[in-house]
Amino acid sequence: MTEFILQDQPKVVEPTIFGLSSPGRVGVSFPDADVPRAELPESLLRADLPLPELAEVDVVRHYMHLSTFNYSVDSGFYPLGSCTMKYNPKIDEDTCRLPGFLYTHPLQPIETVQGNLALMYTLQEWLKEISGFAAVTLQPAAGAHGEFTGVLIMRAYHKSRGDYKRTKMLIPDSAHGTNPASSGMIGLEVVQIPSDARGNVDLEALKAQCDDTVVGLMLTNPNTLGLFDEHVEEVIKIVHECGGLVYGDGANLNALLGIVRPGDLGFDVMHFNLHKTFAVPHGGGGPGSGPVGVAAHLADFLPEPVVGIIEDGDEEIPPLYGFVRPPKTIGRMKAFHGHFGGGLVRAYTYIAMHGAEGLRQVAEHAVLNANYLQARLRGVYPIPYDRICMHEFVAEGRIEGSDVRALDIAKRLMDYDFHPPTNYFPLIVHEALMIEPTETENKNTLDRFADAMIKIAEEARTQPELLREAPHKTPFGRMDEVRAARELVLCCWLPEEKDEA
Amino acid sequence: MTNIPSNLKYTKNDEWFDPASGKMGLSDYAQAQLSDIVFVEILVGEGDTLQAGQAVASVESVKAAAEVYAAVGGKVVKVNETLADAPETLNSDPYGAGWVIQIEDGDASGLMDASAYEKYCAERAH
Repeated sequence: MTEFILQDQPKVVEPTIFGLSSPGRVGVSFPDADVPRAELPESLLRADLPLPELAEVDVVRHYMHLSTFNYSVDSGFYPLGSCTMKYNPKIDEDTCRLPGFLYTHPLQPIETVQGNLALMYTLQEWLKEISGFAAVTLQPAAGAHGEFTGVLIMRAYHKSRGDYKRTKMLIPDSAHGTNPASSGMIGLEVVQIPSDARGNVDLEALKAQCDDTVVGLMLTNPNTLGLFDEHVEEVIKIVHECGGLVYGDGANLNALLGIVRPGDLGFDVMHFNLHKTFAVPHGGGGPGSGPVGVAAHLADFLPEPVVGIIEDGDEEIPPLYGFVRPPKTIGRMKAFHGHFGGGLVRAYTYIAMHGAEGLRQVAEHAVLNANYLQARLRGVYPIPYDRICMHEFVAEGRIEGSDVRALDIAKRLMDYDFHPPTNYFPLIVHEALMIEPTETENKNTLDRFADAMIKIAEEARTQPELLREAPHKTPFGRMDEVRAARELVLCCWLPEEKDEA
Repeated sequence: MTNIPSNLKYTKNDEWFDPASGKMGLSDYAQAQLSDIVFVEILVGEGDTLQAGQAVASVESVKAAAEVYAAVGGKVVKVNETLADAPETLNSDPYGAGWVIQIEDGDASGLMDASAYEKYCAERAH
């Protein structure tokens, strides 16, 4: 067992930048104007904007100090289930800052950005090869945007065949929460399909809903329990037989790289999360990148434009890359061409760096690591759907003989310097703790985490208050999440103070 | 222990309906599952005619978002306007001050009675 030495950190409370302000301090001194001073009209002047007054050094130290409160993949283990918080290789930071990528503009003539277009074209080809789909758009800004794009394509396909009756989207209860939201956004009726006892789609419940009003099924596979649906081909067949299409939520593609291709299984559409599977940094709101792949019968509906070869090359002259409009396109999903530098260049680098064999190892190690952790925690925490998992698994944050909850366990993990797992999701598991180690962690880290989880289970029995009041070792203790959600105060000064100013 | 008053009727989605007053709301089991409720929006207005199963309110807790569905159909006579400012009432008093809407002439015949609902809750506990 790892020996843990938990040191008390001083509870440093950093004031807000307004709290540090002192009247008269300045950060930047402007030279005297060498032109006549122009007065602003009275109507444009205001005296009620209380900007903080600080020297540059104070501003730097303030934000530097705040940044040390942050926890990131670069500071420690981050097993946040469903989010694939793998290490992001630093070579990606170099490539996306190459001047040829950095100093280009999406409105430049295509002849002047052939390198960018070649990269995008090649990335489309690679994603097709990895997923087994016939065509790919790189436009969507993130996973849920990719879902929305995919659902619009599914609807456009049915309409193009004069099939206007289809208004129902089937979504298993083990799907990502964005799936019903994406379908709801375009006004489809969402019908939830339950899971069976092994965590698969309940086939009888699925059959009962399949009729000529079904747009399709949105299947997260592996699902949010971290399980590969054991009847995935049958599920797809059942939906196809009623004329529906099958959408694959590719957020968990990390587990399948080089092993299974969703296109080969019969999926019609799928989005990729470049920011999960292909190591584009994320968290804190972005940037995401959610390309969408489609089978041949949907290729004509992709958003415009896609990158294509508009003049073939030969042995001496490279081809001319440009933009192509799919004939039945659903239109644009984004101004310009997707998150180019932030997402596409980094993902391209990652794929090029790993190669086919390396990508397969990514999936193998992601699955191995998750199964290793599941095996070490089995018997310590209940695992409701206990079978070989894929890249993540879901345990219950419940301890026999203690009344602590998943939230308390998650908070206590912070004292051991780990980011907590996702908790209370998926909703089909009580007190869920969803653990995804990713392939980038070594055995020592996994053991340290397992040891901490085992130690916490013991603490839950012997010192439950230690968990209920956790975290103790972080700069700030237990946050009042309920009050934060009920009293939404988002401005930097309270209205009363503003009136006094 | 989950509180299940015997004078009320219940749905599989964990709503309760009081045949005497016509009020409906979320059961104690549902509020405990959701944990601290931080937001309530009632989606229907007085005078609306509801179908059973129609969404009547959206609730959000620190754990999840959920909809409250009409336990039975009927005409809305009153909505509980205090919930918007005090969503925690759904946690503290689910069968009293935490009622969501009141309807007239609701038909409770298709709903579970307290003992059936108690069994239904117990089945889902694990």
